Amino acid sequence: MQKDIKRLSLILLFAPFALWITLLILLPHIGMVVLSLREKVAPRVYEYGFANYIEFFNEPIYWNTLIRTGSMSLLVTVLALIIGFPIAYYIAKIAGPRMRGALFLLCLIPLWVSDLIRAFGWILLLRETGVISSFLQWLGILSGPIEMLYNDVTVIIGLVYTVILFMIVPLASTLDGMDNSMIEAGYNLGGRGSTVLRRIIIPYAMPGIASGCIIVFMLTAGSYLTPILLGGKNSSWFTEQIYDQFITRYNWESGAAFGMLLLAFTSIVVWLGLKLTGQTLANTVTKT
Amino acid sequence: MKYKATMIGVVAALALSVASIAQAESTLRLLTWGSYAPDELIQKFEAEYPDITVEVTFSNNEEMIAKLRATGGAGFDLAQPSHDRVHAAQLEYDIYKPMDLSQIDTSVMSEVHLEGVKANTTIDGEVYSVPHQWGTSGLMADKSKAPDFKHWSDLCDPMYKGKTSMRLKRTILLGTAFSMGYDPFAAYADLDEYQKILDEVVDVLIACKDNVKAYWKGGDDLAALMLSGEIVASETWDSTAYRIYSENPNIVFVPPSTGALTWIDTFTLPRKGKADDAAYKWINFVLRSENVTIMSASSGAIAAVSGGQDLLPADKKAAVNAAFTPEDIANLKFFANIPPGIEDMEGKALEKIKAATGG
Repeated sequence: MQKDIKRLSLILLFAPFALWITLLILLPHIGMVVLSLREKVAPRVYEYGFANYIEFFNEPIYWNTLIRTGSMSLLVTVLALIIGFPIAYYIAKIAGPRMRGALFLLCLIPLWVSDLIRAFGWILLLRETGVISSFLQWLGILSGPIEMLYNDVTVIIGLVYTVILFMIVPLASTLDGMDNSMIEAGYNLGGRGSTVLRRIIIPYAMPGIASGCIIVFMLTAGSYLTPILLGGKNSSWFTEQIYDQFITRYNWESGAAFGMLLLAFTSIVVWLGLKLTGQTLANTVTKT
Repeated sequence: MKYKATMIGVVAALALSVASIAQAESTLRLLTWGSYAPDELIQKFEAEYPDITVEVTFSNNEEMIAKLRATGGAGFDLAQPSHDRVHAAQLEYDIYKPMDLSQIDTSVMSEVHLEGVKANTTIDGEVYSVPHQWGTSGLMADKSKAPDFKHWSDLCDPMYKGKTSMRLKRTILLGTAFSMGYDPFAAYADLDEYQKILDEVVDVLIACKDNVKAYWKGGDDLAALMLSGEIVASETWDSTAYRIYSENPNIVFVPPSTGALTWIDTFTLPRKGKADDAAYKWINFVLRSENVTIMSASSGAIAAVSGGQDLLPADKKAAVNAAFTPEDIANLKFFANIPPGIEDMEGKALEKIKAATGG
């Protein structure tokens, strides 16, 4: 009897998770794979094959866009890490306990507003007749209006702004678990600031760095609104390519293939990153 | 005891499902364009037919077809795709059902639009659509800064470098083809011929990239660019231009010299729609002349009824008169049916332009 109850409670606890994984993650992806393997030969006639994948590799525009998206996402990840690490360190180690909550809250506040609104905020600030351009002219620094919107730099700024919180939170929680005496010991043994950072703090924070980077990279590579709204004439993003295939070109088959390729590509990048830093996925998840 | 509870549950579930069926019969689910279902009209309609509630989903041509394709034509009772988007979508995905024209008061519709839409959307002798509103795509220019703006190719004139915009969609491909002396609609019949035209158009538009400030993505985007004076001319929908005209009368819609490209948005029944009666009632209701004015005030488009232009509200009428001469009206180019395969060719052309690093 006791055993039955235990088993029942286990099943009940496990059920929501299993349902979520199967219904919302596994099934749609299987559907995508099946769809991506279909080729349209005539209206309402389909055959199975790899044509959609071959098409991707034959057309430089597609894989160039994917590589572009990947490299810009990596850049965003690195920038988010460089900017986010000192903030996380300050929150976890330097700020007092009351201050810490307030700082976390400050980081969270931008998330209360949707992506779309935040992108429009940037547009208002950066456009030729926008706040920054007008302000600089009013100060007399600029003689004419300056356009800061519609280029890759803006896209990167916008993306870093959107994702940086997802870097700060795992970093701060890892650093929070670090005993202050380890840092003190480093100094006591004659280490300089840079040595302590390199030999003690960063190795300790590595799981947090890895998981922050994974989240940020995935979010960036899969983002749609920010690159579309802030990007200029040449800023193609791979998700836009997928949207176009699905919606503008009615080509769900190759859109699905592109989706799977994006998933495969980002997974490979994450796997490479973990290998290079000597982390395992299990380690990064449990430590943060 | 337990048995009783189960029974209550079953009965409750049944009652709920019956209730939802009963409700579905009196719900009209519209799949239409933003501004094509103003609240004022919906309230008026519901007051006239108290047993029908109207639910509206705003969308655009491509998303309408994608939504209906995903469900095989279920989930909506009345859709409003443009006239050139019905034929191929029906052939490929079987998402619409034929209309019963006897249920619609076609006598109020303007002859040219009704016949045009019928010709475009007849498959195997069955008519799939009737016209609702029409409008054009063309150019818009700030007359105080670009007084001579008249051709599609003026968008690429170095005189306006960095001061023009366009939407990177099929309209600009077609407009550019016309400005180069081709008739892309005639070339639809021969896809190889059309591909050749497209290749030339792509070269022209890539060379033009340097001249364009940014590609606009939606009406609000474009309005902000234009009203702030950051650009002086752009490719545009006429309704967006009319809206801007009411804020700055210097900015007018300019029908290109080769003819403004004309679309007609239709009424079309999704294949698994459940409220055809309500749909027909809505169609007849919005085409009544007193309701046409309310609709046009919201959409900025002209109703496809006889004398539709006279039924425009005053401010829109002024904008149309500032834009069109009778010759321009005679020169309108109706979008031709898009045969299967064209979307893919045009989509690829647009990708090439976007990916090119010319400008």
